[in-house]
Amino acid sequence: MTQVAGEKSYSQRQKTVNIVVYIILTVMAIIWLLPIVWIILTSFSGESGPQSHFIPQKWTFDNYLNLANENFPYWRWFFNTLFVAIISCVISTLFVLMTSYTLSRLRFKWRKKFLNIGLILGMFPGFMAMAATYAIIEWIGLSQSLFALILVYSAGAGMGYQISKGFFDTISHSLDEAATIDGANKNTIFWRIILPLSKPILVYTALTTFIGPWVDFIFVSYIMKDNRDNYTVALGLQRMLERETFVENYTTFFAGAVVVAIPITLLFIKMQKYYVEGVTGGAVKG
Amino acid sequence: MDFLDYMQLSTGQKIAYRIKTFFTNIPAYLGKFFTAIGQGILKIINTIVNGFIFYGTTFVKGGIGVKLSYIIMGAGNIFKGQIMKGILYLAVEIIYFAYLFGFAFKYVSKFITLGTEGPIEVIDADGWGTKIVPRDISLDILLVSVMTFIVTIAFFVMYIMNIKSAKTVEDMLNAGEKPMSFKKEALMFLDERFHVTLLGLPVALILCFTVLPIIFTIFLAFTNYDNLHQKPNLFTWVGFQNFADVFYDNPEKSYTFGKILGWTFIWAVFATFTNYIFGMILALLINKKGIRFKAMWRTLFIITIAIPNFVTLLTIKQLLADAGTLNLALQNWGVTNETLPFLSNANWARVVVIIVNMWIGIPYTMLITSGILMNIPEDLYESAKIDGANAFQTFMKITLPYMLFVTTPYLISTFVGNINNFNVIYLLTGGEPKSSDYYSGAGKTDLLVTWLYKLTATNQDYNLAAVIGIIIFVICAVASLITYNMSKSAKDEEAFG
Repeated sequence: MTQVAGEKSYSQRQKTVNIVVYIILTVMAIIWLLPIVWIILTSFSGESGPQSHFIPQKWTFDNYLNLANENFPYWRWFFNTLFVAIISCVISTLFVLMTSYTLSRLRFKWRKKFLNIGLILGMFPGFMAMAATYAIIEWIGLSQSLFALILVYSAGAGMGYQISKGFFDTISHSLDEAATIDGANKNTIFWRIILPLSKPILVYTALTTFIGPWVDFIFVSYIMKDNRDNYTVALGLQRMLERETFVENYTTFFAGAVVVAIPITLLFIKMQKYYVEGVTGGAVKG
Repeated sequence: MDFLDYMQLSTGQKIAYRIKTFFTNIPAYLGKFFTAIGQGILKIINTIVNGFIFYGTTFVKGGIGVKLSYIIMGAGNIFKGQIMKGILYLAVEIIYFAYLFGFAFKYVSKFITLGTEGPIEVIDADGWGTKIVPRDISLDILLVSVMTFIVTIAFFVMYIMNIKSAKTVEDMLNAGEKPMSFKKEALMFLDERFHVTLLGLPVALILCFTVLPIIFTIFLAFTNYDNLHQKPNLFTWVGFQNFADVFYDNPEKSYTFGKILGWTFIWAVFATFTNYIFGMILALLINKKGIRFKAMWRTLFIITIAIPNFVTLLTIKQLLADAGTLNLALQNWGVTNETLPFLSNANWARVVVIIVNMWIGIPYTMLITSGILMNIPEDLYESAKIDGANAFQTFMKITLPYMLFVTTPYLISTFVGNINNFNVIYLLTGGEPKSSDYYSGAGKTDLLVTWLYKLTATNQDYNLAAVIGIIIFVICAVASLITYNMSKSAKDEEAFG
């Protein structure tokens, strides 16, 4: 009898605990979503500059229609970014797969050395050598161009092999052996056997390298300097809010932010599964 | 000590154990470090000596082809019928020497001084004005020198391969075998030598755009290439002066460095642990038994990761600005009469960046820790339940210690990531509020990385930036070394259970 009563009170306690948890989760969700809601609301605001209220009193769609103007060619920036992102995504993904596959599954004399050197190079802050990179880009005559940006984003891609190397390490070696017996050379094994098995890591790599140019400030601001025509969206949006043009561009900035956030967000949510696999695969191993 | 032993210690003992193992391991780390360096040096000397002996005897014993290929690359191959391969080697040699004497030499020869002839003022062709004509450019001298260094190493590797190849052909012919045809050897790049094919292009680009710039920047740390020595003026070697400046010699620079370093560590500790603990709690809440719509909750928070950082950060900056919506609204509602300096007062700004970073990072930690949390052995929880532990006790006594034990490598790499966390600080505060005590332009919320960026992009103090970059590298390297050792121990524990 007492036992039953105990169980009942236990399940009742669980219920109250769950209600508390629901309340906490709801409050947290509100805190996390409010800024996003505010971005969207402000992007439809017909008032200029910051206001003392969160919900616009005048609604308009003009911010979206007038996204681009002479000084702030938003769409040009958007397609600059798209162009750079697509090309550097293709190159980087290829490089990452090539290096990680080689370092994971092929055995050759300098393999360990390559791994160590890659590890050491990765510990330098990425943009520490920016000034030198800029000098090199000037030397080869690409200064302030989109190709310079592609080069900067994808040239070092081969060093980002860790996560996909971890993935390749888990594919059974007996596959390679069987294929070798059937007379396949390593080239065939790579393209025909291993790559088709690598969809998760392929998607993960492509996703992260595609998003890179959309969210980078450091390199693009240093490389493009004052060449506004070749800005990417991230840099352009940031420049919109500089002091002189702050009030007139305030709401346009929010519209622009929404426009760039939509494709990236959708892409991310669609690829979420691969992303979690990629990140957690590398997280615990360290 | 395995996880169960460790669990039975009290919190104080656990911390003591951690600290004790850390410090007792230091002599071992250092010992390993120096023996590794010693062994490395011995190995290099050994390789050089053996190399001389091997290539000396090869030269003496080799036939005319082998002997010739010590001077003319590819000669050995051409002599024995491997025409194509020989021509390729020869081309490498010709290109290298053309590069060296046609282009690089006039720069490399000035490497010791980095140029002696500064810009001169000459009278214009029309005789009216004057113009500055640059002569030696220190930057170009240094850049080409480093480039030549890398190219020379690559050439040397090819040179050794050429001798080996000449020897192989000769040995094969002497043994009565037929040397490989060019086509067959080329096909090897798709099989036995496939790693060369795959690594070739990525490694070449890494050499050009990562290795070359990094070596170049390390050299810059030993020059006076600051805002007073810009092109076309010369800069030159100053030894360890920049390091001395940063650590003690220059009061302004060393003060700024000390303050920024201190804040960087405070920031990294808070940013790492607030995200870690609260992210884990969020994950536990969502995954709790009996909570419904798990997928919905997860997606809600994941949306905030999916939206590009810069969008949310720039927006929050607008929200919290002195004349931003939050301040205006608070005044409008009569909560306060004065402007709240969310981002313009140093202490406020420091707290605000940590809080905003929680907004950015907690969903991310939730995503990563979810899977690991599910793997905590269920019986641990059940025995805790039987002992009558409440949720808080269970979290403190089981979840947190277990997670700390398993995810230490992740924590350290997050810590390093936070030391290098550029976006949050740069987009939110830009390092501001500025401080007049600090070296030009640095602010109270600047981290080492954002300061490094300012030094490069705004101040053009490239030498100082290089020193800061090297210091960040050392911090990361030490942290990674610790991670490596810990993850080794973590692996041993997995074997236990």
